[in-house]
Amino acid sequence: MSALDYVVLLATILGIAGYGAWHTRHRSDMAAYWKGVGKTRWTVIGLSVMATQASAITFLSTPGQGYDGGLRFVQNYFGLPLALIIVAAIFLPLYRRLNVYTAYEFLGKRFDGRARLLGAALFLLQRGLQAGITIYAPAIVLTTVMGWRLDLTIICTGLVVIAYTVSGGSDAVSVTQKYQIGVIFAGMLAAATILILRLPDTLSMGDALRVAGGFNKLDAVDFRFDLSERYNVWSGIIGGVFLSLSYFGTDQSQVQRYLTGPSLRESRLGLMFNALFKIPMQFGILLLGVLLFVFYQFEPAPVYFNATAWEQAKINGAAEQLSEFESEYATAHSERSESIRTWLEAERVGDMATAEAAHSSAIAAHERSQAIRADAIAALRQTNERAKVEDYDYVFITFVLGFLPHGLIGLLIAVFFAAAFSSLAAELSALGETTNVDFYRFVFRRDASERHYVTSSRWLTIFWGMIAIGFALFANQQENLIEAINIVGSLFYGVVLGMFCVAFFIKYVEGWAVFWGAVVSQALIFVMFFSGFFDFSYLYYNMIGCVGCVALSIALQFAVNRRQMRSGV
Amino acid sequence: EEPATGLPGFRTWRGVYLFVLTVFVACVILLKAFELAFS
Repeated sequence: MSALDYVVLLATILGIAGYGAWHTRHRSDMAAYWKGVGKTRWTVIGLSVMATQASAITFLSTPGQGYDGGLRFVQNYFGLPLALIIVAAIFLPLYRRLNVYTAYEFLGKRFDGRARLLGAALFLLQRGLQAGITIYAPAIVLTTVMGWRLDLTIICTGLVVIAYTVSGGSDAVSVTQKYQIGVIFAGMLAAATILILRLPDTLSMGDALRVAGGFNKLDAVDFRFDLSERYNVWSGIIGGVFLSLSYFGTDQSQVQRYLTGPSLRESRLGLMFNALFKIPMQFGILLLGVLLFVFYQFEPAPVYFNATAWEQAKINGAAEQLSEFESEYATAHSERSESIRTWLEAERVGDMATAEAAHSSAIAAHERSQAIRADAIAALRQTNERAKVEDYDYVFITFVLGFLPHGLIGLLIAVFFAAAFSSLAAELSALGETTNVDFYRFVFRRDASERHYVTSSRWLTIFWGMIAIGFALFANQQENLIEAINIVGSLFYGVVLGMFCVAFFIKYVEGWAVFWGAVVSQALIFVMFFSGFFDFSYLYYNMIGCVGCVALSIALQFAVNRRQMRSGV
Repeated sequence: EEPATGLPGFRTWRGVYLFVLTVFVACVILLKAFELAFS
């Protein structure tokens, strides 16, 4: 990073944060603080929903996923359009008609206070911990490659976001997200342009895609029905609908985004904007990763993309062994590169037999280099147990730092920070609002002034910001905890969605039945997951949690109604 | 304890939802075609 990069980085991220705080500085009543002043257009709502969902790790890791697994991760989003249509048609009109601040307030109006507090508590537990991961995940990657101090990066990121979120509430989040997503799109487009320009002159775009297809990197749609397969059309549509429905319909960090709309129409169009553009956006980011794979067929690629961990292992006594792996890998890489050139040239002149043989030779060289890489990573982990087997988080950032001109490097680092800011701000804002509306105002202090609730909201947002910073600092000591929370967090979604489904569609079920239905089905999900007996994609747990909660609620209500009828009550 | 869509060509929200689903199906078909074209 040069001085120019630092100027671009700081001017971009602090400029947007400062503008957001200044633009929304006069918010003194609850409605303005949490729902904005009623001027948010559907375009801003749409971008805001998109920016909340896309965190920094989306832009750091997704190109790496494309590099490794090709386009198939795009299937993860196949349930999203249908889920957003259901939210726009059913959830949204009811939230607006009842004029609720939070989704859990709706549960209170439909059932009782107990169901409301359970829904809100599950959200706070899950989202409160994940806010820490939103800071930690990009910070660990960026500090590793940039040589910055991890603790200072985490604290500075958290404090900047807390400052503008506390200042302007939900409106500040929307205003800043509009510009942050602009920076993100500009940066990613610039990186993609540079990447395409840096491909070999003799390689056309068609050739590049043929190389990617030859290594199965363009396999995007898998229609085979296999419960254990993580990404296929069926897990994407069935599991994805439940996951997206729960995330967009019941997670306050998203509900708050579209409730800022001045009318039902604006909120709906904001959601439809995402239903149309989310899959193409993810496709674009994954395709960038696939083109990175092609790029590194012709450029020397590192054995392990986390160069800092690699060099550290050399210092710790594995230098000779790792250098040997490097030379073996370089040999396999140049064989593969030569085979690819022969394959493309033979195809150009119509010599299909030579093309076929060269393609097979390229595949064999690729498999050999993958085996060398696996051995090298195993050797690396003997000197450093914390080194991860997968290094794909570092693929895109390695390209950015190695091949982009100064100025653009600063812009791309700003992209990662802008994405982290936009997600974290939405999370903190939703956590502060839910704690204030569903706990403080509902349980402890019912008749205070508007100004009092805005002040308490600000303090609660600061509280959750500090929790997120503290957890991110603690997470550095507990790597496995991060993965555990990411997994466990997604296990809550199905049951919460089940509570809302009962609220919307099953009129005769009462609050006590849905409360116990949710508690029992959540326990069942944990038993199923941790027993290890069930080998299916994590996406299906959302469906099981939702269906289980609905079925149990109905069964409990039915059993009690029947007993009351028999005893003549 | 329905508004007008305002979009040219779409008189009802049902039409908007149907359009979104049609675009989604078209995306899946295009992705498969893209995969087959370069495999």
